[in-house]
Amino acid sequence: MWNYTEKVKELFKNPRNVGEIKNPDARGDVGSIICGDALKLTLRIDKSTEVIKDAKFKTFGCASAIASSSALTEMIKGKTIKEAAKITNKDIAKYLGGLPEEKMHCSVMGMEALEAAIENYRGRATSKKEVGKERIICKCFNVTDKKIISAVKENNLKTVEGVTNYTKAGGGCGKCRPDIENILKEYWKKEATKPKLQKKPKKILTNLEKISLITKAIKREIRPQLKADGGDIELIDVDRNNVYLKFSGTCLGCPSSSFTLKNFVEVRLKELVDPEIKVFEVRK
Amino acid sequence: MEKIIYVDNNATTKVAPEVFQAMRPFLTDNYGNPSSMHNFGGSIVKYIEDARKKVAGLIGAADSSEIIFTSCGTESDNTAINSTLRSYPDKKHIITTKVEHPAVLNLCKYLETVGYRITYLDVGPDGLLDINELKNAVDHDTVLISIMHANNETGVIFPVAEIAEIARVRDITFHTDAVQTVGKIPIKMTELPVDFLSLSGHKLHGPKGVGALYVRKGTRFSPFMVGGHQENGRRAGTENVASIVGLGVAAELAKNNIKEEITKVKKLRDKLENYILENVSNTKVNGDSKKRLPNTSNIGFEFVEGEAILLKLDEKNIAASSGSACTSGSLTSSHVLKSMGIPVTFIQGSVRFSLSRYNADKEIDYINKNIPAIIGKLREISPFGKK
Repeated sequence: MWNYTEKVKELFKNPRNVGEIKNPDARGDVGSIICGDALKLTLRIDKSTEVIKDAKFKTFGCASAIASSSALTEMIKGKTIKEAAKITNKDIAKYLGGLPEEKMHCSVMGMEALEAAIENYRGRATSKKEVGKERIICKCFNVTDKKIISAVKENNLKTVEGVTNYTKAGGGCGKCRPDIENILKEYWKKEATKPKLQKKPKKILTNLEKISLITKAIKREIRPQLKADGGDIELIDVDRNNVYLKFSGTCLGCPSSSFTLKNFVEVRLKELVDPEIKVFEVRK
Repeated sequence: MEKIIYVDNNATTKVAPEVFQAMRPFLTDNYGNPSSMHNFGGSIVKYIEDARKKVAGLIGAADSSEIIFTSCGTESDNTAINSTLRSYPDKKHIITTKVEHPAVLNLCKYLETVGYRITYLDVGPDGLLDINELKNAVDHDTVLISIMHANNETGVIFPVAEIAEIARVRDITFHTDAVQTVGKIPIKMTELPVDFLSLSGHKLHGPKGVGALYVRKGTRFSPFMVGGHQENGRRAGTENVASIVGLGVAAELAKNNIKEEITKVKKLRDKLENYILENVSNTKVNGDSKKRLPNTSNIGFEFVEGEAILLKLDEKNIAASSGSACTSGSLTSSHVLKSMGIPVTFIQGSVRFSLSRYNADKEIDYINKNIPAIIGKLREISPFGKK
């Protein structure tokens, strides 16, 4: 018998928000009966505020899958899409007071359903969009390299066993375990070399160098992320370390745009250009 | 603790009160070592020999010297297989099935890595073997056929008499893992040309930690456990006296109760099974309904997951088991049900009920009363299918 927390047992016994919203504003279907668990998430979203008014689920799976689904719906109700999008599988597991390692994939399924629902709301085809670029590593459970890397990154996984616990990959016939091993090796090799690259810009930049670096950072790192949500950003002016930016597209009037500015744009520019940078929004 | 409705007897069984009483003196005052020279220890030998006779009696062995006590069913299986391979070192082919217990299956997988060739026979949708496939698999290199008597998950019984005869005329050693059948259906070794037969104490209301291996007189034998001279030099290690005595009493009780197993227990099993099939939609019995142990019913509930069913049953103090992926601890669902080609929707929702003579009619009523609501509630949560 698994060692489930009281919270898991309670949500399994009395799951909240079971069902399906008719004509939902967003839906996320993940998993399959073959894999042993599946989750159908439906959301009612207030279009003007982007607040999740209601969330319902239907789940096929074990006690921890049902509890994770129930927890997810409780966690996202009342949040905006942007706030909800920050929820990770770790948050779901934490809400449940923890899950057995072997059952962490249930929390991952919750996160995936939420991601699929948000993508669906944003008007993109559910989760299949980049399937061409992805490679299926685990044929038993249909797990792609993208999913494995994202689980490795999110949960700091170092072993094949860890990957299996979080994604199920490698838990069937086991033939893909060497491939998972390689993905892990490659990922951590890359990670090990990363910090060195970022520590470089210690020398004092000229204004021209700074502007060029900021332009590059916006083009490569910041704009693509905002565009993914239908927004955009434009550089207006640079005065020493004060950077003036202007939002456009869906970012305009978005209640969380000031959050995005400080917590995403400024953070990225500090990392990529100069730790002293401060950003300001120009609204004209 | 509230009273448990225990229908997981293929996993383990309740120790019969008579068994416990018989074991007690050997865990308290009568602690001597049967190998000792003094009478305090030496006098214990007769209790072990008495137990040996009782086990021989249960399986209709010609002579009690054909029984070796071991620590469990797994040890009996390992002993039989390893002994045979060592006795015939030139032959490298073994025939078994895809639905064996891990005690045999994983040993065979290991043997593959050290140079043995293994044929794993398929089973049909009803869990039965194709005897012609077995005959065709035999070649000049075949040293051993190891096929279980009845399957632990589905209860499907294999025709060991027929298989044993196929092995005998071809001069191949035959071992059967009869852990699930001994005590549940009559067995008579004098009429069954089996060379090795494994049995386990805790599956027949005896204690855990004791098993036995039947070795037909004249069968080549090479010990698995090497050390002292115990068990006539065939299984070293100080005898687990209390458990051996317990197994003896359990064997005697089983022999006296075998009629009850195939009548009363079967009647309860059928009552449970028929009620569920009639009152819960999208269900099916996994395994041939005729050639089956009288106590076992493996039922697939479509669109719900086994672990969830077990935990709901657990809330009602009902103990059963499942072949679903979530309950296996390994993410993969039952190798037995998969080998049978059972649709995955039924495998994931499979529940095994295995009864014993200690189950009462009103317990079956209680299970039947609860099952439809449990399945109904989980199907409401499930995104697949309707009701």
